[in-house]
Amino acid sequence: MNADLIASDNSSTRVTPRQLSAAEIAEIEHELSLYPDKRAVGLEALKIVQKHQGWVSDESLLAISLFLEIPPSELEGVATFFNLVFRRPVGRHVILFCNSVSCWVMGCDSMRRHLAERLGIDFGETSSDGEFTLLPVPCLGDCDRAPVMMVDEDQHRNLTAEKIDGILAQYRQEPDMGNNGNGD
Amino acid sequence: MDKPLTRNIDMSRPPLEIAQYQAVGGYESIRTIARGMSPADVLQQVKDSGLKGRGGAGFPTGLKWSFVPMGDDAPKDKYLVVNADEMEPGTFKDRLLMEGDPHLLLEGMIIAAYTIQASKAFIFLRGEYIQSEKALKKAIGEAYDEGLLGRDILGTGFDLDIVLHTSVGRYICGEETALLNALEGKRANPRAKPPFPQVSGLWGKPTIVNNVETLCNLPGIISHGVDWYQGLGKGIDFGTKLFGVSGRVNSPGCWELPFGTSIREVIEEHAGGMQDGFQLKAFLPGGGSTDFLLPDHLDLALDYDVIGKAGSRLATGTMILLDDKTCPVGMIGNLMHFFSHESCGWCTPCRDGLPWIDQIFSDLEDGKGSTGDLAILEEHLDYLGPGRTFCALAPGAMAPLGSGLKHFREEFEAHISGKCCPYRQH
Repeated sequence: MNADLIASDNSSTRVTPRQLSAAEIAEIEHELSLYPDKRAVGLEALKIVQKHQGWVSDESLLAISLFLEIPPSELEGVATFFNLVFRRPVGRHVILFCNSVSCWVMGCDSMRRHLAERLGIDFGETSSDGEFTLLPVPCLGDCDRAPVMMVDEDQHRNLTAEKIDGILAQYRQEPDMGNNGNGD
Repeated sequence: MDKPLTRNIDMSRPPLEIAQYQAVGGYESIRTIARGMSPADVLQQVKDSGLKGRGGAGFPTGLKWSFVPMGDDAPKDKYLVVNADEMEPGTFKDRLLMEGDPHLLLEGMIIAAYTIQASKAFIFLRGEYIQSEKALKKAIGEAYDEGLLGRDILGTGFDLDIVLHTSVGRYICGEETALLNALEGKRANPRAKPPFPQVSGLWGKPTIVNNVETLCNLPGIISHGVDWYQGLGKGIDFGTKLFGVSGRVNSPGCWELPFGTSIREVIEEHAGGMQDGFQLKAFLPGGGSTDFLLPDHLDLALDYDVIGKAGSRLATGTMILLDDKTCPVGMIGNLMHFFSHESCGWCTPCRDGLPWIDQIFSDLEDGKGSTGDLAILEEHLDYLGPGRTFCALAPGAMAPLGSGLKHFREEFEAHISGKCCPYRQH
């Protein structure tokens, strides 16, 4: 398979595959050693690229498609199926806000309004300063400490409006680690 | 009381490392097997124990395993898959086991894999469970170093490799055939059954999918025997189970208790009872896909059949409480929105029915509901009920909806006649 064939149906939308980094390739190859076929690694590769790039661009998706010989349409079908594969750029920090039933009973709607007001965005949007993307997430499995949300890899529990303000300030101050939305 | 699932768990410190775990009897079951138990012996012991799956369905574990082809004619490649994709609304039990005592899960996996003679196992872990991932990664490394994973485990001639797979969302991955598709790198749509995964599962090979808590029961069963295991329960079902409570109680949490414990004991003693100013109105006994039970049911024993006869399901054993200050219609609406969002879109009743229901709840909330809406909701109970859809997602969603329409009719009608949510005044 080559890039021209894949993207040749409309020159105006032609996408050039991105060169996968050495680190990305090494990690994808490690996954290839764990699964009996290449197709199973498609999802793994999307996760790996997202870890390094912050999101999965068309160029990245095409690069994975070529590398693993999975048709881009199939890979796109997988990428868009799963909630946590980002096909659009996200902010420096991603907030996964639990809005499932236990958190709802414990008042997560008012927390959500507070968060939306502070950030000036709703679910699915990124704050204008590029700091935060706000996404809903199914039950985070911390229901005895509801309401809860995750910011990047950290869980924040028993949320209150004051606590949320403190959390946002903390992440705003955090120096950029270079692995979320800013490429390698 | 013996607490075989949580005896090593103390969340104020890191989980036990392998040496500490072995010092308190950890991996003893694998040594017992190495001293001369055949896979058939282990299968018989698990069957005799009466262990039922803890993922929600409560299917007997030994029986599930017994469908896997064994012997010389059986396919060489077989798989064990751990369903660690905990995402049922209101469920927070597997997280505790993985973060608190990861070696217990690995020990259970070795037993299960040995029984079906699968030399490769996958842990399908929810990607958001970062702490679980870290704990399991470390434990897997330690088990390899100790010779409890890899080639020829403790001289049994049995090999086992474990791959930790972190997922990227979607509730439907908890359905075992959808999970297998996800593991194969495909969209997580459920598969038609038969063939059942025990015969043709991951990459067409015999596969067992077991829940985390189910597997954590195995080390005790093998190390201490069936009599000990059956002595743990105080009701109909055998062993202990993690039971949880969330909602407006004083001390929400998750506890290991014997089957047969009353619901009242869990809510009033372990969870410390309702908070001041709140009364219990109803509860979902085992996660978001179960029927509402009422305060009248508080003295029921937590056993699969007892809860089943009361019209609900024990399912995950994690209860979600509805109090008198919270709108039942709003609570059910929240669940319907969840199920609608998480439908995989594969079959029509689920893909089209759940968003329709979700929209009706949104209208009810906005004061735009009409009496005809309740009839439409009633119709969906049938259209999306058991046997009408490809998998159990939509029928699961109909459980709180159907029981809610029955118990909270007045509240539904008040939304329509008052053209708003009556609870919003409070």
